[in-house]
Amino acid sequence: MTKVQLPLSKKESSLYMAYMWVTYISLLIGGLMGLLQTFVRSGKFKLPFNIDYYTLLTVHGVILGLVLTTFFIIGFQFSLMGKTVGISDKQLKVAWLAFWVMVIGTIMAATTILVGEASVLYTFYAPLRAHPAFYIGLALVIIGSWIAAFVNFHQLYVWKKAHKGEKSPLPAFMVIINMLMWFIATIGVATSVLVMFIPWSLGYTETINVLLSRTLFWYFGHPLVYFWLLPAYMAWYVVIPKIIGGKLFSDSLARMAFILLLLFSIPVGFHHQLTEPGIDPTWKFIQVVLTFMVVVPSLMTAFSIFASFEVTGRRKGYKSLFGWFKKLPWKDVRFLAPFIGMAAFIPGGAGGIVNASHQMNALVHNTIWVTGHFHLTAATTVILTFFGITYWLVPHLTGRRLTPRLNRLGIIQTFIWTFGMTIMSGAMHIQGLLGGPRRSSFSEYAGGEQVATWINYQIAQAVGGTILFIGILLMVYIFIQLTFFAPRGVQEYPIAVEEDNAEPTPKILENWYLWIGITIALILFAYTIPVIDIMKHSPPGSPPFDWLIGR
Amino acid sequence: MHLHKYEKIWLAFGMASLVLFLIIIGLAAFWKGTHPQSHIETIDPQNVEAHEAFKPENLGISEVADGKYKVNIVASAFNYDLGKDKDGDAVKTIRVPKGSTVLFQITTKDVVHGFQIAGTNVNMMVEPGHISRYEAVMKNTGEFTIVCNEYCGIGHHQMFGTVEVYE
Repeated sequence: MTKVQLPLSKKESSLYMAYMWVTYISLLIGGLMGLLQTFVRSGKFKLPFNIDYYTLLTVHGVILGLVLTTFFIIGFQFSLMGKTVGISDKQLKVAWLAFWVMVIGTIMAATTILVGEASVLYTFYAPLRAHPAFYIGLALVIIGSWIAAFVNFHQLYVWKKAHKGEKSPLPAFMVIINMLMWFIATIGVATSVLVMFIPWSLGYTETINVLLSRTLFWYFGHPLVYFWLLPAYMAWYVVIPKIIGGKLFSDSLARMAFILLLLFSIPVGFHHQLTEPGIDPTWKFIQVVLTFMVVVPSLMTAFSIFASFEVTGRRKGYKSLFGWFKKLPWKDVRFLAPFIGMAAFIPGGAGGIVNASHQMNALVHNTIWVTGHFHLTAATTVILTFFGITYWLVPHLTGRRLTPRLNRLGIIQTFIWTFGMTIMSGAMHIQGLLGGPRRSSFSEYAGGEQVATWINYQIAQAVGGTILFIGILLMVYIFIQLTFFAPRGVQEYPIAVEEDNAEPTPKILENWYLWIGITIALILFAYTIPVIDIMKHSPPGSPPFDWLIGR
Repeated sequence: MHLHKYEKIWLAFGMASLVLFLIIIGLAAFWKGTHPQSHIETIDPQNVEAHEAFKPENLGISEVADGKYKVNIVASAFNYDLGKDKDGDAVKTIRVPKGSTVLFQITTKDVVHGFQIAGTNVNMMVEPGHISRYEAVMKNTGEFTIVCNEYCGIGHHQMFGTVEVYE
């Protein structure tokens, strides 16, 4: 086998760090917006200077859901590619281009939101109409991410040509899967933004097909959450085993899981549209079935992660049934943070099954339960894993090391996060079951008994939100320490290697034509007829509504 | 591809539960008919009055048979139009006896709204150009708040109504 790790040049490191910078600036801004929202919803606090609640909500969703995640993921993935297959000077230039296109897009969209011209939330449902700069900014973020994707594809292509007949390094393989999924999925939202929203917001077309725009959005909107999750899986499969002192559990199993995630993450968007009027229930049901299929790679992942914990522990000599579990490196934040993330994914995933169920969804659809769900999955599982990556990635890139003091702070951060999120997400789940709506400012509605029961949970959310914001401040502090002040040294980039006697990985797992072909076939199966239906039975289009969002 | 024996057991267990879940959901959907709402019926959002159900005089509750009711609603930012009472004032509360079957029919004149009767399964997206319908049996007494649960603009949280189920 070829060497697992390539050295990173200074030029490369500064590219990857640029992505990290945007990530942590976003965390601070987006987190502050989240804090203010929980305050408003507690009913005890009013926003100053006539700031609208929904403006904050839009900033929070766009900055954390779209900007932070995309920048972190692309930066982390670039580093994985740089470590395993390398990056040429030319590719580096194009990668910087991707970065700047995304930054310009972000600034355009963010400015438009902050001046109150785009309070449409991150889903920007038509026919609420934001300023065209908002849609153009979003389109630039997506286009920038495509440039990054093509750099990644090219990196692997160059490596393959130089290493004829060899299998690609596992991290590179995983990056390619994630970017392929991202590219295929964003075609939907890019189409709706470029073909429908931009001309309509500029006044070139009078009306918009609401249901079609929503369907294209959710064609992208569910893979989006897998785009967040897969980098966490990458860390779980290849980084965590190394941190605990073990080896890769199974190269082929990991590849198989990623392929299944590619296949079953895209043709499932209807489970976000289960309560919509214009889609045939049979097609909704078909997408529910396809949604449930992701249970299989999730179970494979759970198995292999715990298997690698156990194998490593037993090799170190811990004999009793759970002795290996006690001896995991609990005091190493690079392990602890992602581990709590994994644990949160158990209730998170179970909640996801509820949301996606054909009928059960009716009780929770658009209630704050859903908000609780993705604060458990995205904002706990994924974000804690991203924090876990930061603790070694940033010092590795800046030529410093994670000191025992920073490690301890990191552990405190992890507990603050877990505690705050348990309160906030727990309160959201319960309030949602009681019928409390999501994405709404504080309201007593008619002031009935039912509404009165919600308000206590909203106060609990403000308490949780405050704790989380303290966690964010601490995390940003750690990031700055790791970037500028930690002592110089060498911090390992942990990538696990295969067992010496590992079984060979079947060649078919790297047959891109086959897997992309099946993905496209599944998408066509799940979407062709319903989309034709939607277009054939489309009502008169909708004119834009500006004043409803305070424009 | 090599799979560990325990993994095979684990995956078999996982897939068996998956199949079981899907059979339950499928039977409920296709045999019992409990699909989520999906009435593929379109309407001109700028002229909803052209539809019989959404003429101003037909809005609100009406009894269609013994113990069976129909409620016609037009949503718009930021109000549910539930018709007018005898004095010509806007109705904000719908009253039905316990155990009655109620069909809610709703459309919107402007943007996307939600229609949820909190604490029940009545939960629909309301989209311009489409009619949303859901029939429910009101089994429990009490006051249930109707909330708009899809963001519809700066007054979104002021959009509500009440369903009162009496003994």
